[in-house]
Amino acid sequence: MTMAIEKLTVRHGLLEAVRGLTLSVAKGETLALVGANGAGKTTLLRTLAGAHPAHGGSIVINGEDVTRLPAHQRVRRGIALVPEGRKMFASMTVAENLKLGAMAGRKGEWSIDRVVDIFPNLRKRLDHKTGHLSGGEQQATAIGRALMSNPEILLLDEVSLGLSPLIVDRVYASLDGLMKSGTTIILVEQDLARAMGVADRVICMLEGRAVLEGYAKDLTRDQVTEAYFGLHRTKAGRVPA
Amino acid sequence: MTNQIVQGILLGGYYALIACGLSFMFSVMRIINLAHGSLAVAAAYLIFVLSERAQLPLWACFIVAVAVMAVAGWLIQRLILDRSARGGQLLPILSTFGLSMVIENALFEQFGADTRSLASAIGDLSWDSWELPGGLYVGKLPVLIFVTAVVLLAGLQLMLSYTRIGRAIRATAEDPDTAGLVGIDARRVNAVAAAITLVTVTIAGMFLGMRATFEPYSGAPQLLFAFEASVIGGAGSLWGTLAGGIILGLAQTCGASLHPLGFLIAGHGVFLIILFARLMFPDLASMPARLIRRGAAA
Repeated sequence: MTMAIEKLTVRHGLLEAVRGLTLSVAKGETLALVGANGAGKTTLLRTLAGAHPAHGGSIVINGEDVTRLPAHQRVRRGIALVPEGRKMFASMTVAENLKLGAMAGRKGEWSIDRVVDIFPNLRKRLDHKTGHLSGGEQQATAIGRALMSNPEILLLDEVSLGLSPLIVDRVYASLDGLMKSGTTIILVEQDLARAMGVADRVICMLEGRAVLEGYAKDLTRDQVTEAYFGLHRTKAGRVPA
Repeated sequence: MTNQIVQGILLGGYYALIACGLSFMFSVMRIINLAHGSLAVAAAYLIFVLSERAQLPLWACFIVAVAVMAVAGWLIQRLILDRSARGGQLLPILSTFGLSMVIENALFEQFGADTRSLASAIGDLSWDSWELPGGLYVGKLPVLIFVTAVVLLAGLQLMLSYTRIGRAIRATAEDPDTAGLVGIDARRVNAVAAAITLVTVTIAGMFLGMRATFEPYSGAPQLLFAFEASVIGGAGSLWGTLAGGIILGLAQTCGASLHPLGFLIAGHGVFLIILFARLMFPDLASMPARLIRRGAAA
């Protein structure tokens, strides 16, 4: 077992953004979180990464409870987040951003050369400031920066947001090898077809709860769409009690 | 006039040196350290005590003082600034103001109001000079201070650009939350930055003691000159700090040549004019640093 989340509750002030969520993610699995805006997907990812505090429940990784650990210590334990909006260090170059990804000091196979192998467009941009890059190049840098920490669990928050379909295709094509390499991936994606196409398992969230959970191959687009809008709960997926 | 320009540039080196730590702390932690001048004076007293009372050679006094002040910087960040920063932007400023009061009064309690100097520890260097063609005399100590300022600023710039801790400092300054997400411990990085700041403050304090006398309340004018040089050069810009120091030094020496009271008035006047110009024309903010970088590249 790579990650076990038990009765996780996360708040934004008085609002409960994640409500008693329980789920587990196996090593090497790609899990897609889908749901409407405000469903709690991004909050969940940020909480898993340590960027937002949990109000209740627990997050256990490889048997270690990391619920109260700050973000930088979770990176050292193998969690890396590609945040929504990319969050580049705009005044720094691509190479510097990638080197920052290795600050956690985890040993592994990722290097700048390997990152530019999967994102070839970055090779000629290594000395450019990330603030001057296109959205796709920034996204590639953000993913590369996360990979440089040699993560066991990669959290991808809306990597297609604000990018043209062509660029999104390229980004996902680059991630394909990663998904097959044994890295555990939890991704938040608004594009249902794409999420169901790349993930092993899909969880649909609504108002902070998982309302539909199932293997991507067992779910239909209509079932997920209905759960997405809270129309009704299907029998194909397992609905948590 | 040539003499005033040369002396003004050399004086600017001292102002850049004293402003360096203030500018560094502002650029990295966004904290205006009102205890900056008092900390420089405290460093001067520490070197004075080690030199006069412990009879250590000056280089040994400097090394001990750097180590002590670096630890003090780390502690100030962890115990005062880190905690007060959680209360908003104003609280760290008030905290450093309080810290300066504590330092000044502690020094007064310990050493009294007598003025002190490190000039005796450096012998001839405090007054010796080189004669240049055209009847120009440049003091060896001002030249040493200017060179030290340039080396220190260049060293800080290289450290920020090419070292692991430098990248971490820049990332933390730009976005501390995202820095945490790439594995950077922002609290530790800020503590390291505060320690580096206090090392620069120690160097400035040592030269303050070599070039002039100091007493427990000498920190306020040092803070004022450092603040003026930082703002003239573009707050937070290291090379801009050197430009700001030189502009301030030139204004003061030229002002002094026009009128006995012109030294301070000209400096403050130039500061206010540039501050006003910056508010009216924001692009001016990065101009001194741009000019220096362009000059260095040429």
